[in-house]
Amino acid sequence: MITVSQLITTVKNLLEVDSDLTDVWVEGEVSNFKQAASGHCYFTLKDSRAVVPCVMWRNDALRLRRLPVDGEQVAIHGYISLYEPQGKLQFYADRLDLAGLGKLYQEFERLKAQLAAEGLFDAARKQPLPVWPARIGVVTSSKAAALRDILRTLAVRYPLVDVLLAPTAVQGAEAPAQIAAAIDLLNAWNLGVEPIDVLIVARGGGSIEELWAFNDEQVVRAIAASVIPVISGVGHETDFTLSDLAADQRAPTPTGAAALAVPDRLELAGQLPGLRSRLQSAAAGHIDRERRQLVQTRRLLERLSPAVQLATRRQQVDELSRSMTRTAAHRLAVQRAQVDGMRARLASLDPNAVLARGYAILQEPVSGAVITSVAQAASGMAIRARVADGEFDVTVS
Amino acid sequence: MTESLQDLSFEEAFEQLQETVQALEAGDLTLAQSLALFERGVRLTNLCDSLLDNAELHVRQVVADGAGGFEAAPFTAWQPGEEL
Repeated sequence: MITVSQLITTVKNLLEVDSDLTDVWVEGEVSNFKQAASGHCYFTLKDSRAVVPCVMWRNDALRLRRLPVDGEQVAIHGYISLYEPQGKLQFYADRLDLAGLGKLYQEFERLKAQLAAEGLFDAARKQPLPVWPARIGVVTSSKAAALRDILRTLAVRYPLVDVLLAPTAVQGAEAPAQIAAAIDLLNAWNLGVEPIDVLIVARGGGSIEELWAFNDEQVVRAIAASVIPVISGVGHETDFTLSDLAADQRAPTPTGAAALAVPDRLELAGQLPGLRSRLQSAAAGHIDRERRQLVQTRRLLERLSPAVQLATRRQQVDELSRSMTRTAAHRLAVQRAQVDGMRARLASLDPNAVLARGYAILQEPVSGAVITSVAQAASGMAIRARVADGEFDVTVS
Repeated sequence: MTESLQDLSFEEAFEQLQETVQALEAGDLTLAQSLALFERGVRLTNLCDSLLDNAELHVRQVVADGAGGFEAAPFTAWQPGEEL
């Protein structure tokens, strides 16, 4: 067992999760239309077999150019839900299009399907937009705010472009033919001496009927056939026309179309200081490299110069002479040591040293020959005796 | 004598400036080439600056020339700086 509230809430939840019922266009005849003092509108939409109660809140109703009257054929957009206090189904409309739009939508869908089948909307057909347009063609009304929005945006972002306006009506019975002719005219112009880099086809916001020219087959075909890339900017963010589908690029508004068409001057100007400093550092870097190379070359040159070689030779001479001097002194010292050694050995051989210990040397007085044998002595012979401190004669007996 | 840059469009000047910077950064130049490029780059930068500063949107509209063809006439209903 569940409560009434639970039952109604469950049904309401079922309705509100169904996407076919929450974003839907419904066509029918208005009856019992009333606007309350609050501004909210209440009415019934019916066809030959059924009715549905509808409500449109004040804010949505304010956007209507006029209120519908009973018996009028309209299309409404919104979602269906359950009004719990009365347990009744109710359609919550956020948009209401007057008079025969239901047929227009059918025609829209038919044409869209046909042109899509022909490939007019294919991604492969889309042309890229030029990065640096020099001349821009604008197809719009010369009197409307859309043109001012476009020109002001171009003037602010990139006043370097040349603008060529092909004025045209953008609503009313003659609009489709004029818009198509303007697009063709600028394409013909493009073949002359002044090429056109990109086209903006635009119209400001308005009711769905006012934008309808941009769903016209003639306009859509002219856009698709344009040799010059086309940017569409029709209506507001939420408006989607067949022109948007055929254009090479769709912008949400005329201002948006102008912004897509050109680069931004401030962004470009912002790049200039960076380029300037890269320029300076690249040039300064080159000069630095050259200077370093110059310093290295100068060092190399200095190493190879005769002056340096002379100095090197002089140094070598100095070193040789120093080492020569060193060698000579060394040799002298060695020789002196040898002499000293000899002297010592000589001293040890000095016969006088023996005499000092009491020995005497006998010599034959005339010849001086040393007498070392008895055979050399004869009785009565005079012999010289040499002792440590002198000599005297003795006679052999 | 220095070369005249007066006839360059902003697009040409900006692209040449980018190429100049790239050539300088790539090296592989004589010092004289490098200095000439640098000097040219500085002049291109100044030209870009002044083109951006001084540009004024030029608007014409296509009108019938009375002989079955069309011509471009000045569009005077809007002036740069004009607000809505």
